[in-house]
Amino acid sequence: MALPNKPKGELAAVVDPQIVEHDVDVLIVGGGMAACGTAFEIKKWAPADLKIVMVDKAALERSGAVAQGLSAINTYIGSNPIESYVKMVRNDLMGVVREDLIYDCGRHVDESVKLFEEWGLPIWKKDADGETLDGAKPAPTLREGGTPVRTGKWQIMINGESYKCIVAEPAKTALGADNVHERIFIVKLLLDKNKANQIAGAVGFSTRENAVHIYRCKTAMVACGGAVNIFRPRSTGEGKGRAWYPVWNAGSTYTMCAQVGATLTMMENRFTPARFKDGYGPVGAWFLLFKAKVQNGLGEFYANSDAVKEELAQFMPYGASPVTPTCLRNHLMINELKAGRGPIYMATDVALNAFLDDRRAKGLDEKEVKKYWKHLESEAWEDFLDMSVGQAGLWAGMDIEPEKTGSEIMPTEPYMLGSHSGCCGIWTSGPEESWVPDVKNPSRAHKYKWGYNRMTTVDGLFTAGDGVGASGHKFSSGSHAEGRICAKQMVKFCRDNASFKPELKQTAKELADEIYAPVKRYIEFVGASTAADVNPNYCKPAGLMMRLMKATDEYGGGVATYYMTSGKLLNICLDLLRLLREDAQKMAAGDLHELLRCWENYHRIWCVEAHIRHIEFRKESRYPGFYYRSDFPTCDDENWKCFVNSTFNPETQEWKCEKVEVINIIETEPWL
Amino acid sequence: MPSYVDPSKCDGCKGGDKTACMYICPNDLMVLEKTEMKAYNQEPDACWECYSCVKICPQGAIFVRGYDDFVPMGGQVHPMRSADSIMWTVKFRNGNLKRFKFPVRTTAEGAANAYVDQKGASLDDECLLLEANLPTPK
Ligand code: SF4
Ligand code: SF4
Repeated sequence: MALPNKPKGELAAVVDPQIVEHDVDVLIVGGGMAACGTAFEIKKWAPADLKIVMVDKAALERSGAVAQGLSAINTYIGSNPIESYVKMVRNDLMGVVREDLIYDCGRHVDESVKLFEEWGLPIWKKDADGETLDGAKPAPTLREGGTPVRTGKWQIMINGESYKCIVAEPAKTALGADNVHERIFIVKLLLDKNKANQIAGAVGFSTRENAVHIYRCKTAMVACGGAVNIFRPRSTGEGKGRAWYPVWNAGSTYTMCAQVGATLTMMENRFTPARFKDGYGPVGAWFLLFKAKVQNGLGEFYANSDAVKEELAQFMPYGASPVTPTCLRNHLMINELKAGRGPIYMATDVALNAFLDDRRAKGLDEKEVKKYWKHLESEAWEDFLDMSVGQAGLWAGMDIEPEKTGSEIMPTEPYMLGSHSGCCGIWTSGPEESWVPDVKNPSRAHKYKWGYNRMTTVDGLFTAGDGVGASGHKFSSGSHAEGRICAKQMVKFCRDNASFKPELKQTAKELADEIYAPVKRYIEFVGASTAADVNPNYCKPAGLMMRLMKATDEYGGGVATYYMTSGKLLNICLDLLRLLREDAQKMAAGDLHELLRCWENYHRIWCVEAHIRHIEFRKESRYPGFYYRSDFPTCDDENWKCFVNSTFNPETQEWKCEKVEVINIIETEPWL
Repeated sequence: MPSYVDPSKCDGCKGGDKTACMYICPNDLMVLEKTEMKAYNQEPDACWECYSCVKICPQGAIFVRGYDDFVPMGGQVHPMRSADSIMWTVKFRNGNLKRFKFPVRTTAEGAANAYVDQKGASLDDECLLLEANLPTPK
C-alpha cells in the first residue's frame, strides 16, 4: 500500500492558479431563494446595458436551503392583515425585531408565492367540500382566488420536491445562463480603493479547476444562507451531515459582510429547533396539520399543565400568546428533560388515529376509512420525503409506522440564521417610506433607513433572506421576496451612482495568493510527514472544524450543557476562538474540495465569534430555550429590550458592540 | 444517510468531464475517479442526503444507506423522478414495502415564465413587478 501522504480528492490544487477578472455592474453572491428572487426581478428594472452576474458555489437548481425540497411554504399572508403577521413575528422573537422590515416583507411575499405557482409549483387546495386536493389537481390558482390548505395561520401546504428547481429556472432564464457562474465560491468582499465604505467587488475560486475569480462591481447582493456545523452536533459520526439546516451553509453571509464593516444585529440570536431525533425531520406539519401533541416519558401531555402556565407567566407578554414562542416551547421541553422526565415523544399514533376515529364518528364505513387512511398516510410520509428524506430512512430502518408508535423529538444543536425562527444577521435600511422611523443619529448602526431598502451600512452592499437580521419568519417565500426587493434597489443604486468606477485596493496577485494560501502551505510542508493529515506545520479543515465545534459546545452553550453558558465561559470561548483564528492561517488544502472546506471554516469561526461576543454583551437571557446565561438567567425587558448591533472596523480591526433602540410601528396594545 | 454508487451501474456519465452527480451535489461531494471512470462520495459524513444526486443520475446508480451512527441496517428509501412526479419506494428493515407518488411540477420543464420582456414602471417607489398600491401599516 502506498503511503497516505498525498492529496485526497480527485481535483488536486496547484500553487499558481489561473486568475480570471470580471467587470460587472451588479454582482449577486449566492444562489438560494433570495438570490433567485434578485435574479428574476432585476432584469425588469435594469437598463439593457447593465451587466449582472450571479455567482453560486453549487448548481442553481439544487443549491441553498431549499435544495432538497420543502413540504410547505411557511409565509403566505393571504387574507390575514399584515399587521397580525408583524405581531406574530415580534412575539415569537421575544419583542426585539425590526417591524419595518417584517411589514415590508409581508406586503411583497404573496406575489412571490403566486409566481411560484405560475412557474409550476404544485400548491394544495381546498375543494368546495373542504377536502384537500394535491397541487396537481385542477383548481383555481392563488391568483384566481383558489383556497390554499392552511396548516397554521401563515403556512400553506405544497408538493415541493422540485421547489428549488422551479424557482431557479426563471432566475437563470432572466439573467441568461452565461451570467450564472456556478461552482465558484466567493470568499471575500472587497472595498473600493478611493471611496470609503463602498463595496467594489468580491473574490473567490472555482471548485472545478485551479482558478481564482475576481469581480469588480458597483453594487453587490450577498445571500449565502445561515451557519451550520458551528456547534458540536448531536451526531458526530456519519450523521453529522444530517444537520437540520443545510450542511453547506457556513456563515459566509455574515462573515463576508462583517469583514468589510457592515453592522451586524442580534447575532446573539440562534435557532435550536426541536425536531424528530437524529433524522431531524420537520415537526411543523405534525403539530399544525395533524394536530399531534408532545408527551413526556411519563406519558403526560405536559404542554397544558398548570406548572407550564406558571412557567410561561414569567415571560410576559411573550408567554401569554396562544402560540407559545419557539424558544419558550424549547424551554419547557428542556425543563422536562432536565427533570429526568424524558424522552419527549411526538404522539403521531394518537394524532393519526384521532383523525380516523373522527371519520368513523361521521359515519364512514371501514372501507371508506381505509381509503381515507391511504390519503392521510401519504400526506404524513410526503412531509418527510419532500424535505427530509433521511427521517423517512430512519423510520424505515427502525420499522416505525407513525400510526402505531410515536417518535422521539429533541432540541438540536444551535444554528444561526435570519429567515426561519431566528433573527441574527445584518443591519439593513428599511424602505424609504414615511412610516419607517427617521432616527436622528449620524450612525447608520442606529438608523432605520438610509436611502436604499435592504442596503447594509456599507454603500452598495445589499443582503436578503438569512442575511437580513432582526426580521425572522420570512422562510423560503419571504427570502425570495426580499431578494426581489434588493434587485430594484440595486438598479436604483447604479442609476444614482452612474459615475462610480470601482477600483480594488489589492492587486490580483495579492488576492490570488491569499485565496490559495492553504494550498501553498500544503505543498510546502506535506513532505514533513508520511501521512497527509498529521503534520506539525499545518492543520486540516476537518480537524479544525471539530475543534471549533468542541469549543462552542462546551463553553458557548451547546448541547453539552443544555445550552447553558455564562460570562466566564463565554470569555474562555472567545480566547479559544482567537487561537482558532490564528491557527486557521495554518490550514492546508491538497485539493480543491479541501480548499472549499478551509474557506468555509474561516467563515464559521468569524461568525461564531460574533455570536459569542453578542451573547457576552447582552447581560440577560433573551431566548430561554435557545440559550441561557447562568449569571443573568432571566429575560430582562427593562434593560435589554433593545437590539445589540456590532461593527467590525476593517481599518482598525476592532469590534464595537452597542445597544440600539427598538421602535414599534405596529400597535403594542393589544400586544397580539 | 450517505449516498453510494453501484459500480455495476455507473458509467462515469459516458466519460464526459462533467458528470451529472458532480454537477448537482450542493455540497461538492460527488467526484469521478478517472482511471475506473466511476463516481464516489468523497466525504460521506458531510452528506445531507438531499438525494439530488440520486434523483439526477441517468443510470440510477446512486443509492443511500442509512447513517451508520444511528440508522439500523436493512431499510432503504429510493426515488424515481420524472418531469411531473416522483415515486418513492420505502423498504423497511422488516421487509415491508410502501410506495408513494407525488406531483412535483405542473408545467413543462423550461416553461416557467421569466417575464423577460416586461419592465417595471418607476424606480423611485417600492412596487415590484406586477405590484401596485402597496399597503402601509395601520
Ligand atoms: S451521475 Fe450516475 S452514472 Fe454519472 S458518474 Fe454519477 S453515478 Fe455515475
Ligand atoms: S445526497 Fe445530496 S449531499 Fe449527499 S452526495 Fe448526494 S447530492 Fe450530495
